[in-house]
Amino acid sequence: MMTLPGPHDIVRHVLPNGLVILVRENPDVASVVVQGMLDTGSLNDGAGQEGLASFTATMLLRGTTTRDFQTIHELLEGSGASLGFGAGLHHTGFSGRSLAEDLPLLVELLADALRRPSFPDEQIERLRGQFVTALKIHEQDTRYVAGRMFRELVYGDAHPYHRPPDGTLESVSGITRDHLVGFHQQCFGPRGMIVVVVGAVSAEAVCRLVEQHFGDWANPAQRLPQGLPLVPPLGGIVRREAALPGKSQADIVLGASGPSRFAEDWQAANMANHILGVFGMYGRIGAHVREKLGLAYYSFSRLDGGWGPGPWRVAAGVNPTNVEEAVQSIVAELRRITQEVVAEDELADSKANFIGRLPLQLESSEGVAGSILSMELYGLGLDYLQRYAPEIEAITADQVREAARRYLDPAAFALAIAGPDRSAAQ
Amino acid sequence: MADSTASVLRHVLDNGLTVLLKEARTAPVISWWVLYRVGSRNEPVGKTGISHWVEHMLFKGTERFPAGTLDKRIGREGGVWNAQTSFDYTAYFETMPAHRIDLALAIEADRMTNALFDPHEVERERTVIISEREGSENSPTFWLHEATRAAAFRVHPYHHQVIGAMDDLRSMTRDDLYQHYRTYYNPNNAIAVAVGDFDAGHMLERIEAYFGGIPRGPEPPPVLRREPPQRRERAVRVEREGNAAYVYAGYRVPAATAPDWFRLALVDSILAGASAPGGGGIGNRTSRLFRALVETELATGVGGGLYPSVDPYLFNVLATVRDGRTPEEVQAALDEEIERLAAGDVSQQELDKARKQAKALFAYGTERVTGQAFWLAFAENFSDHTWYEHYLDHLAAVTLEDVREVAARYLRRSQRTVGWFIPVRDTAHEGGPA
Repeated sequence: MMTLPGPHDIVRHVLPNGLVILVRENPDVASVVVQGMLDTGSLNDGAGQEGLASFTATMLLRGTTTRDFQTIHELLEGSGASLGFGAGLHHTGFSGRSLAEDLPLLVELLADALRRPSFPDEQIERLRGQFVTALKIHEQDTRYVAGRMFRELVYGDAHPYHRPPDGTLESVSGITRDHLVGFHQQCFGPRGMIVVVVGAVSAEAVCRLVEQHFGDWANPAQRLPQGLPLVPPLGGIVRREAALPGKSQADIVLGASGPSRFAEDWQAANMANHILGVFGMYGRIGAHVREKLGLAYYSFSRLDGGWGPGPWRVAAGVNPTNVEEAVQSIVAELRRITQEVVAEDELADSKANFIGRLPLQLESSEGVAGSILSMELYGLGLDYLQRYAPEIEAITADQVREAARRYLDPAAFALAIAGPDRSAAQ
Repeated sequence: MADSTASVLRHVLDNGLTVLLKEARTAPVISWWVLYRVGSRNEPVGKTGISHWVEHMLFKGTERFPAGTLDKRIGREGGVWNAQTSFDYTAYFETMPAHRIDLALAIEADRMTNALFDPHEVERERTVIISEREGSENSPTFWLHEATRAAAFRVHPYHHQVIGAMDDLRSMTRDDLYQHYRTYYNPNNAIAVAVGDFDAGHMLERIEAYFGGIPRGPEPPPVLRREPPQRRERAVRVEREGNAAYVYAGYRVPAATAPDWFRLALVDSILAGASAPGGGGIGNRTSRLFRALVETELATGVGGGLYPSVDPYLFNVLATVRDGRTPEEVQAALDEEIERLAAGDVSQQELDKARKQAKALFAYGTERVTGQAFWLAFAENFSDHTWYEHYLDHLAAVTLEDVREVAARYLRRSQRTVGWFIPVRDTAHEGGPA
């Protein structure tokens, strides 16, 4: 049997400036994986500057005070390494990989990018053109459009989760170098930063290396995270539909806001979601919409969790003539999961999967690093995996129903549909 | 790193089933693949998409494991399973905690011959597969790839997409599907691979126990239609609703068994960015095409790929035209860059870099059992498993002169198909999608 990562083999080291380093050695591989987070994200985008956090994150590897774009990428690609940054709502994440011998290079470039980005004008315009093209492509992407409308319906104008993290054509066009430099100065710093390293390296050497590059980083101006307003109740079924010319399939997103990873009923809700639309071939939703009715190639449910009340949603892609039937089937499953307790064997199946899938999840260095990052980010404790099986086993069918009922309501949900013009098709 | 250097045990059972086993004892998991030598390459006109549909039907139950029961069995054990259909193969896999692998062996042995193809399930799956095609049709590049492949291959069945033509998906019958299954799903037309935490001798005994009793079948019919030589450039233009233009070029290249293939793999790395079996991607921002197209602000992205295939296929390049620029500009810059390489402008330094990248990517690829097992099965199908195991040795044998020679010989306009996706506003009045 496998040894689960835990306090016995994860080294955790906190620098005086707040940066947390976590390392797990894995001598069986040739490579090393680096993952981590900083305490800023698109929630710090100002009004009218949607996309700023994402723009800033993508600019980090486009020039620093000591290296230009081609030099950075020649160093990375020339050694078969990769490094990337991306902004989420609350955090900006990074991940990289290299052969073990190239870890010093990876950490040096990570520090260079985070601490000394130069935001060259030429690169700003180049990247802006890429964002604009991508946003225009998204405008014609049924899944993207349905997802955006869903977010707007669920969170409303007053909640920051309604804002598009990639920005809009208008906001991205208006972002200036001053905005990027200002965002970096105010939002990037070592407080709340996490670096996880897993691979064929010594923990002691990793801690020394990270300390060498980040130990003297300080940013007294680093902005504190803001609180979130409550998500306004939906009150009923709210629905929006977009017709996109030239499309064959309609994409449906249906749901509401769900629990954060910190919620007490997180695991019960996660279990309800698993039964609803994940287990086996997309759970009950898949069994009904795909297997029984043959309506869709994909139909599943997903619970985001995360730092705040992320969405809990069902998504499906169906022929435009089948939209209403698919929606009815999905709502019938919401009714069932919120009103009836799940059968004991169904619950046992999902519990067995939650526990039994650990060997596969933890096979790779990426899987281990992701798991350690979650432990740190959500304060789960380094012994989380040791406590995990009993915690899952203790979930009851009543708790699953209660969690589903707290967040999902078959009479009050958001429904977004993007696809061919259905008025013409019927 | 014992796992990445362990040798592969190859054994052919009496019924013709080829078995490849590789011990990798670093994590308590095993990946188990059964690959059949059948894909869209084996499909006649009128039955396009049949291999992929048959793949779906193998998830629809046998007498022993009725429809819907296996998803739960696999899930309970903490495993994953799936399948994929490509031009040259259809492959099924389970990756399981090591002590649960018997279930995977039992499933694949059972459905090699006992899939039911229940008529009601066939009809339900028809609409699911049509939905799968409709989902792809929502993407502009699907239409571009369908059109360019059809132009590049007039005779050879690489002509059509794996998903198949919509009318074939509407007209094929349960008996068509079942006949296809019985023709190609035999132990002598299959490759079985396990990689993971097991003892190879013991694993072979268990495979023998599950599969040894399945009788050998008739040899499936060979694919006889070869693509005639191409004499001049072919061009297609797809006009559909959209907001961005795309430029595609596909150059005819040999099958994966040709020595030129590895030389072209290095050409691909230098032009479009590093690649190696199972390694996933690293960036391609220092590749020649990125510099020529993206750094010049003509395109927002560019990628390329050389796909190892049984019969001669294509080296593909696809660029997304930047908003405000034109396909003509992107095509001109693409041509200039490719012709520079074809004229011999390439350095030893670039070649060495491509090899170092491949070495790193290959190492990443050996860290998971699922990817390794796939590549062993995949390579055994189009060549043999040593193609994959000795991949880096093959690259090491390539000289700068080889790279120049293949670039000059294959990267010629007369040997390519170019395709442009031109976004237009609403064409509904010209008739809807197929």
